[in-house]
Amino acid sequence: MNSASVISTDEAPLLAVRGVTKIFPGVRALDGVDFTLRRGEIHALMGENGAGKSTLIKVLTGADRRDGGEILFDGCSIDPRSPAEAQRLGISTVYQEVNLIPFLSVAENIYLGRQPMKFGRIDWKQINLRAAAALKHIDVEVDVARPLNSYSPAIQQMVSIARALDIRAKVLVLDEPTSSLDANEVRHLFAVLRRLKAEGLAIIFVSHFLDQVYAISDRFTVLRNGKLIGEYDAAKLPRLELIAKMIGKDLKAVEEMSARRGAEPVRTAHQPFLRVIGLGRRGSMTRFDLTIRAGEVVGLAGLLGSGRTETARLLFGIDRAEEGRMEIDGKLVTLTSPRGAIGRRFGFCPEDRKTQAVIPDLSVRENIVLALQASKGWLRKISTQQQQELVENYIKALGIATPDAERPVKFLSGGNQQKAILARWLASRPRFLILDEPTRGIDVGAKVEIEKLIARLCSEGMAILFISSELEEVVRDSHRVVVLRDRKKVCELTGGQIDLPSIMQAIAARADE
Amino acid sequence: MSERLSRLMPARLRQLIWPLMALAALLLFNGLFTDGFARVTIRDGHAYGSLVDILKLSSRVMLVSLGMTLVIATAGVDLSVGAVVAIAGSVAARLIVQQQIGLPMALAATSGLCLVLGAWNGTLVGWLGVQPIVATLILMVAGRGIAQLLAGGQIITVESSGFSFIAGGYFLGLPFPVTMVALMLLLTVALTRGTALGLFIEAVGNNETAALFAGVNPCAVKMFAYAFTGLCSGMAGIIEASDIKAADANNAGLYLELDVILAVVIGGTPLNGGRFDLAGSLVGALIIQTLTTTIKMRGVPVEYTLVVKAVVVLVICLAQSPELRKLLLQRRASA
Ligand SMILES: Nc1ncnc2c1ncn2[C@@H]1O[C@H](COP(=O)(O)OP(=O)(O)OP(=O)(O)O)[C@@H](O)[C@H]1O
Ligand SMILES: [Mg+2]
Repeated sequence: MNSASVISTDEAPLLAVRGVTKIFPGVRALDGVDFTLRRGEIHALMGENGAGKSTLIKVLTGADRRDGGEILFDGCSIDPRSPAEAQRLGISTVYQEVNLIPFLSVAENIYLGRQPMKFGRIDWKQINLRAAAALKHIDVEVDVARPLNSYSPAIQQMVSIARALDIRAKVLVLDEPTSSLDANEVRHLFAVLRRLKAEGLAIIFVSHFLDQVYAISDRFTVLRNGKLIGEYDAAKLPRLELIAKMIGKDLKAVEEMSARRGAEPVRTAHQPFLRVIGLGRRGSMTRFDLTIRAGEVVGLAGLLGSGRTETARLLFGIDRAEEGRMEIDGKLVTLTSPRGAIGRRFGFCPEDRKTQAVIPDLSVRENIVLALQASKGWLRKISTQQQQELVENYIKALGIATPDAERPVKFLSGGNQQKAILARWLASRPRFLILDEPTRGIDVGAKVEIEKLIARLCSEGMAILFISSELEEVVRDSHRVVVLRDRKKVCELTGGQIDLPSIMQAIAARADE
Repeated sequence: MSERLSRLMPARLRQLIWPLMALAALLLFNGLFTDGFARVTIRDGHAYGSLVDILKLSSRVMLVSLGMTLVIATAGVDLSVGAVVAIAGSVAARLIVQQQIGLPMALAATSGLCLVLGAWNGTLVGWLGVQPIVATLILMVAGRGIAQLLAGGQIITVESSGFSFIAGGYFLGLPFPVTMVALMLLLTVALTRGTALGLFIEAVGNNETAALFAGVNPCAVKMFAYAFTGLCSGMAGIIEASDIKAADANNAGLYLELDVILAVVIGGTPLNGGRFDLAGSLVGALIIQTLTTTIKMRGVPVEYTLVVKAVVVLVICLAQSPELRKLLLQRRASA
């Protein structure tokens, strides 16, 4: 491991982190980490879930205070006490968990806490004008007076970037900004980032999508278990070597691991488990048919806003269908609540981890057993010992990095929270599991594990509806792919028809209708 | 050092340590400086003294705080508890004095009615989605009126030795209300921790959407919490009426909701819901009563009572705030 290239020091770095340490009870989240950021570069922070990426960012930007080490910015030692202070210094951040206020307007979200004033009153006209200009700078044109939650997650993500960029920033930090974007939106974001970089901005970027990381970054810094592994030129580090450094295994093991991927599981000819006929709801999904057999993975592909999540919500009884019917094992059922769906042994791992899945103050154990316990009812409490066994199993199976099962789940890293939510649904042993972006924010190693798990559950007879913006994943794991566009089902691909080009074509075909 | 402390103690106990320390400090102060405070005398097998009085006087707040803890844990609040106390007093008094239906029946009917009143709150909050403050404000205002109507604008006096026993009697050497609190605490703990109900309550209070999606029924959970609080308030109302051997619809349970909410918050259950701590709430109630007794015994002029109380409560709440503690630690580290 001598490939940590020595950096030419002809130019003083914009930001230099030296030996930074951060300790949480029971974890050394950062252990003497160095990090160097040059002017006008895009630098990716890489590492497994819980490696310390977000913590490094929080320490850099004043969201957390460091326990040791030094941060030099433009040659001066800095110690920001809050993100606002860091922003005044010129370090702007979009954190992993987006913290905007859904009911306020786009403009208000951009200027929250620093509204332009006129005669002691908030100058709305000015706010709206400036917000529109800030968004235009990153090539987004929307009505800034409308509430934020009337826009897609992608637009919301761009709004948080506009908020960060508004003040003349020298460093822009983006912690997993692409996890809720589709391919087109990622391309748009990257075009913007390249332009900002050309304007001299230095950008720190975190993502678990290797394609994206290679597409946009100049250099990598790899962390593992809170320790620095090394700093590399993107052009000189092949993908498998990068993975090997992230997960701490040698190249051979990684090659074997990646070779095992894509093994098509055998399709078993089971009875249809779920049949949906003409199900629809105004403003949500146009009527559609869908059949899912036990032991089958049905992929749902489509752009954001094409109706993927809406389909899931209808199937799980969160939204009530206004027309059509649903049959389980040939019997007509009406679902009016998630509880009803869970009673029929459905499970739903929702897309938005923070608002719809994680119960932050409860422990990892309680978060995992919740769905199973809810399906048993309040009287039949799962014994403490059973809970512990169950949870230990899933912590091991999914590799959830936590000091112990009793830690409040909010202290886990983003990817590890996602794994805990996944464990919640696996533990409830559903017959039909809807996975809406289950691998969002999950590292490469764990993704492989989760895909293997999906294949195994299927072979045991579970039916799965798999929703993902990552088309490769959909192609690899599904027996059948349903393509949605504009809240309509446009086609269904089976067996040999399932490949990337056909899906892309079905998604994109727009004019020829 | 706080790191080591936190590792030695389970999380729940760590929560309780601050209110317990506050209570210990108050008791210690009184034991040293207030004459006769620590004296407990035993006559006819019954204990007497300031400490016993504190237990007895705080029993109403303790009872209601058990229910209120659950309501607050669901991210709600119940302002109507004082009014329910008044209704319970009027109803119990009328049933005993005018209907002659026998004490056990009268008490059961009163408790049942209060359970229904709580369920009314639960319906408004859980099923109709009314804001908890607004929903329970309705019963808070209307309830006292109803209590006054029931009492016919008078104070109904009750002459019944059985009824007087509830507040004035002794069991195992201690005032009978103490037994009631102990039994209700056991019941509440059994209901919430012995089953999965506690987990559901905390899940709903901490992230309702996530709880809903995980298959918990937030409406039913809230219904339980408010109905249970109604029952607790009813029992408190019976104790209060028994204590003065009369139903006073104007003053029974007046401002009780404030003391109860304070007790819960001092006890470490956050007002925005989630984790709850029943034992903490009881300690909170004891702190409030000890404070009141202290102020009285030390002869602080009545005008200052509320101010002193407010200051002490403020100090306790600040001491509990993790933000403030962190700030102070940092100061010390950098100094
Ligand atoms: N506030 C906190 N309290 C306790 N532990 C924490 C806290 N924040 C982070 N940790 C721990 O620090 C470690 C590093 O977490 P961090 O969020 O930096 O990981 P990450 O590299 O961003 O992972 P991911 O890819 O999943 O987002 C984890 O083990 C996490 O559990
Ligand atoms: Mg992270």
